[in-house]
Amino acid sequence: MIKALGYFIEIIRGSIITARHFVVNMFFHILKVLRIKTKRKGAVTIQYPEQRREIASRHRSLHRLMTRKDGKPRCVACMLCATVCPSECIYIEAEEDPDPEIQKCPAKFIIDLSRCCFCGFCVEACPEDAIRMDTENIEFAEYNRQELIYDLDKLLG
Amino acid sequence: MSEVLIILIKVICALVWLLLITLYLTWLERKESAVIQDRIGANRADILGIRAIGLFQPFADAIKFVFKEDFTPNFSKKFLHTMAPFISFFFVAVTIAVIPFGDVLRIGGREIKLLIVDFNVGLLFVLAMLSLGIYGIILGGWASNNRYTLLGGMRGAAQLVSYEVALGLSLVGLIMVYPSLNLSSIVHFQGELLFGWLPKWGVFLQPLGCLVFFFAAFAETKRVPFDLPEGESEIVGFFTEYSGLKWGLFMMTDFMEVLIISTLLTTLFFGGWQVPWMAADGFHFPWGGEWQLPHGIVVLFQVLAFNLKVFFFCWLQILIRWTYPRFRYDQVMDLGWKLLIPLSLANIIGTGILMSI
Ligand code: SF4
Ligand code: SF4
Repeated sequence: MIKALGYFIEIIRGSIITARHFVVNMFFHILKVLRIKTKRKGAVTIQYPEQRREIASRHRSLHRLMTRKDGKPRCVACMLCATVCPSECIYIEAEEDPDPEIQKCPAKFIIDLSRCCFCGFCVEACPEDAIRMDTENIEFAEYNRQELIYDLDKLLG
Repeated sequence: MSEVLIILIKVICALVWLLLITLYLTWLERKESAVIQDRIGANRADILGIRAIGLFQPFADAIKFVFKEDFTPNFSKKFLHTMAPFISFFFVAVTIAVIPFGDVLRIGGREIKLLIVDFNVGLLFVLAMLSLGIYGIILGGWASNNRYTLLGGMRGAAQLVSYEVALGLSLVGLIMVYPSLNLSSIVHFQGELLFGWLPKWGVFLQPLGCLVFFFAAFAETKRVPFDLPEGESEIVGFFTEYSGLKWGLFMMTDFMEVLIISTLLTTLFFGGWQVPWMAADGFHFPWGGEWQLPHGIVVLFQVLAFNLKVFFFCWLQILIRWTYPRFRYDQVMDLGWKLLIPLSLANIIGTGILMSI
């Protein structure tokens, strides 16, 4: 009985907490309606499509391939990224580069983003800094999977 | 002829009130839970770009329900499966018939009582209808022909049977104090004063009964601390096999029960349409002031007071729903049989002793 009474007190305290949240938040909502500026807001919601949060500088977003000065991809088709990729979603076909110093360049470079888990390993593995995930583009959802297979053109952007 | 017309108008008004408030209870639930959890809540439904803090959301939901596929599984018992939501909806909605919204309204020498039927046994009628509502749930669970729905239905039945007892017993004390089962005369009685200043509301005369009634009635609504028939995380509940508008009816019934419980609580324990110290001709304050008011204003005050009290209890129920996790099944049964029923029995005995001395 005493124990049950203890529970009862805790139950009451629980509802006092939620009621307090309600009253305090309502107070700030009403102040906002009355156009009184306050430091605190009634809700922490960010109204997403209209309001956005700043993306953190180390956020991993959509991939892009870097280019040299002459506009060709920096990638030397070393396959390190394709090897390290845990989702096995990078597909590279190499061809010979006319420049003997460079030797190889990608003929095809395909990332299947429908499988990518955005781990960033490809970026870490690349010896040429040819692939980066800093486009800050986080909204590339598509209606079918075919659209999510990004090839060389799309990745060079 | 005009009698029939008046009844018709009353029925339509009461139904519109009931359905509209039920619709907006869904809005209140979403918004209130949002405010409790530091969110904003549904605010995107708009008409021509006007959002009006999500006030159109219930209608958007309703339109969505109408256009959803109404799926009846092959293995279900088709007729009963279709009947179930209507049964549970009907028996809850019909209770509004005996709830007094206000005192009499005098227009053109005619006295109109602001309730649909002035039943002598209104209280029993409400209790009977509320308990019949469970048939819809059992039927839904049974007719779906699915083990989980059946489990949900049986849980609902067990829960309602155990809480019905406490609900009925908690009101016995009340009936002893107000020797009437007629809801409008119960409300009239609550207009009198205790010690010359305290309104004779049920909550002051029967605090224990009020508490037991509130808990038992809350269990009747089958909402979260007591949502065992539903049990979202374990059995999904008696309406697993429902979709579209039929599921919507079950959901509406839940909200309507919240509303009906609020109106009952208001009518029985919080003075119904009574405004403290207001009589038919205006306010008579216990400290000796008077404030005469015309008849129309008095009726308006009464209806407003009723609505305000109902709104407060809806708010309270939603607050409770968003505060507590679900009880375990045995805890619910313990609470019903080992706490609420003994308390309500003690209440009856205490009331009897107090009344005899
Ligand atoms: S981010 Fe990870 S999963 Fe995606 S392509 Fe790079 S290595 Fe593969
Ligand atoms: S690791 Fe870098 S250089 Fe090597 S194939 Fe991948 S993108 Fe090209």
